[in-house]
Amino acid sequence: MKLLTHNMLTSHVKGVIKGYPLLIKATEVKVNEVEFKPEFVSRMIPKLEWKALVQAAEGLGQLNDLPNELVPDYEKNEEFLRKVHHVLMEVEVLEGCLQCPESGREFPISRGVPNMLLNEDES
Amino acid sequence: MESRVNGNVKLVKRSKEEKKLLRKQLKASHTLLKHEAINTASLPTKTLVVANGGLGNGVSREQLQAVLKDSGCVETLLMPPNKPYAFVTYGSVEEARRCQVSLNGRQLQCQGQAVTLYLSFVENVGSESVACTELPPGLKVLEDFISSEEEAGLLEAIDWAPQTDTVTAQKALKHRRVKHYGYEFRYDNNNVDKDRPLPGGLPPFCDTVLERCLKENHIDVIPDQLTINQYEPGQGIPPHVDTHSAFEDTILSLSLGAKTVMDFRHPEGRSVAVVLPERSLLVMKGEGRYLWTHGITPRKFDVVPAGDGVSSGAVTSDPGDLTLSKRSTRTSFTFRRVRRTACDCAFPSACDSQRPPEVPSAPALPRDDGDASRLEAQFVHRVYEEISSHFSSTRHSPWPRVSHFLHSLPPGAVLADVGCGNGKYLAINPHLWAMGCDRSHNLVQICAQRGLQAFVSDALDVPLRSGVCDACISIAVIHHFSTQERRLAAVNELVRLLKPGGRALIYVWALEQEYRKQRSKYLKENSPGQEERDGPSAQMTQNNPDYSQEHAGTDEPSVQQSQPKLSVHTNRTVFNSQDLLVPWHLKGVAQKASETSTESKQSASGPVFHRYYHVFLEGELENLCGSVKNITIQSSYHDQGNWCVIVEKTLDL
Repeated sequence: MKLLTHNMLTSHVKGVIKGYPLLIKATEVKVNEVEFKPEFVSRMIPKLEWKALVQAAEGLGQLNDLPNELVPDYEKNEEFLRKVHHVLMEVEVLEGCLQCPESGREFPISRGVPNMLLNEDES
Repeated sequence: MESRVNGNVKLVKRSKEEKKLLRKQLKASHTLLKHEAINTASLPTKTLVVANGGLGNGVSREQLQAVLKDSGCVETLLMPPNKPYAFVTYGSVEEARRCQVSLNGRQLQCQGQAVTLYLSFVENVGSESVACTELPPGLKVLEDFISSEEEAGLLEAIDWAPQTDTVTAQKALKHRRVKHYGYEFRYDNNNVDKDRPLPGGLPPFCDTVLERCLKENHIDVIPDQLTINQYEPGQGIPPHVDTHSAFEDTILSLSLGAKTVMDFRHPEGRSVAVVLPERSLLVMKGEGRYLWTHGITPRKFDVVPAGDGVSSGAVTSDPGDLTLSKRSTRTSFTFRRVRRTACDCAFPSACDSQRPPEVPSAPALPRDDGDASRLEAQFVHRVYEEISSHFSSTRHSPWPRVSHFLHSLPPGAVLADVGCGNGKYLAINPHLWAMGCDRSHNLVQICAQRGLQAFVSDALDVPLRSGVCDACISIAVIHHFSTQERRLAAVNELVRLLKPGGRALIYVWALEQEYRKQRSKYLKENSPGQEERDGPSAQMTQNNPDYSQEHAGTDEPSVQQSQPKLSVHTNRTVFNSQDLLVPWHLKGVAQKASETSTESKQSASGPVFHRYYHVFLEGELENLCGSVKNITIQSSYHDQGNWCVIVEKTLDL
């Protein structure tokens, strides 16, 4: 699971009002080099929940001084886009779990795959 | 090209050859990279991969060793079975470099054909998982069970001349010569006519051997059926289990004339190659006889242990100790005892005597949501989990109009493929951010192995933020929901994920498999082997005992009668109802589609799974979408037996 995917995931446990963002509890994280495509990163930024991304990167020790607030005119700021690219595309959680911030329900991540299935009484 | 500066013809020619060599080398490395995940190194290392220098190319360990040792001291030589390459590790980088220079492009004469070796440096050698090397339970290989004289006597005693007598039944099969005594083995039904014994019984020349078997307690009753097979090099027999209802437990097989390697395979996939030396007796009992398939791969060379110590038994998969053994004519005597009562072995999954009745007790249409989710859990989710690997192997070509939709999306669009299966649509357009989800852990794991972003979830509850997607696709998913409410909920969930202006493409299976006088591919491909959607023609072989047990006694009979049972569809035919069970004929790894000889029928009837489908009528999908708020239908069409719509989300209220 890349952090870009994580940024879009949420918990739907029954009764939960705010199941976002999911807290990452990682036991194995991999960093892969991925080709940097500045336009792609620029296009992704407006779709992100920025605070959730910073929080996730920080939790994994991958913040690399990514700013707490989104910078203006980021499309032309290659240095900034590279940092975002690293966090979104290159960091992958392989093992661990995602925790619903409200209910505390944990969703396991195994071999890079989050299992978000709910039991019958949770959905 | 030709007019180089110095005009030296020789030099030009040589550099051309070098280029050709380099091209071949590159190609070889690419092929390896692709298929075997072997990483060639750009700088010299101690280890070289010798492309074309593998057991799979007919290069023997002894032959390769002989040329490798000229360059230095070989530390290890790994020759993985059936692979077209080997790995050699030298004591030093210098020796490896010397070998690379001197052997690259070298031709070897192997079994009458020339192979050219191409060498590249590799960082490390992938250690293949070592398969189990114990014999399957119930198997014994007794070496030198008969003397060379007895062997010669038996071989001489067989009269292969064309016969008209009725004592034996002789057939020229596609793959080998065969002769039957006692009872004729029928390859059409893999059984014997128990009330039609051949006159004369077993030939007297077998008496000594059979008495010895009895005396040494390998059998407790003298067999009454003998099949003699003669295999030339390159011939074999497809993997099979001898029909349980046809023969008793113990089966004996005497190898004469030459050794061979017999492959045994457990239904769960693990396999053991067993060397059967000439004059040995193979005794198959219990699990090894009833559950494991056995067969002989048609080939001219077998991979056998290179060491001296072992001559029979399981071939280890240690690539450091394998070489080739040339086959020659092998004759086998298979002795069996015809069974008079039904088989009651402990392996019902492989037992034709214990197979449940032909018609399954199909479930009824669900009456409420609880019913529906139980039905789907058993007849959709569980089935996909079981068939995932076979299913995935049949899902490689994307449907063109789905690809077209994906390519129509702007760069940077966020896509969710809800019910993504093996992820075949996730990488169609690399300019998208594509995520997939599926109920099946196994299928999602296949996506992850392909480097795709996917997670396990239910299509009714996709764990993504609302409005995060520019597009969603739902390809062949919603027809697996068993009530109108759930199908509607599935569409609603897709729409929830879309941002205003976002689009969803939905495909469901159509009841109408013939549209505007065009028969769908599904109907056209009415032949085995072409199974883009389902297995070949349906044949009910398996019950669904869990479901019937679950429901037995809990339902009031009157209610159950009022609910029509789901009918079982016959694959590759028109649908005769909207709600039905569609059989999936599971093919295991052991069964290759290429093995089409009659004998393979014994193994071809793998387990059958039933998937629930609600096939859509013309207009039904549009009506369903029509009851969803905030969407408009952009287009709808029929595509190869599917009803399809593209919807757009309007204002998010």
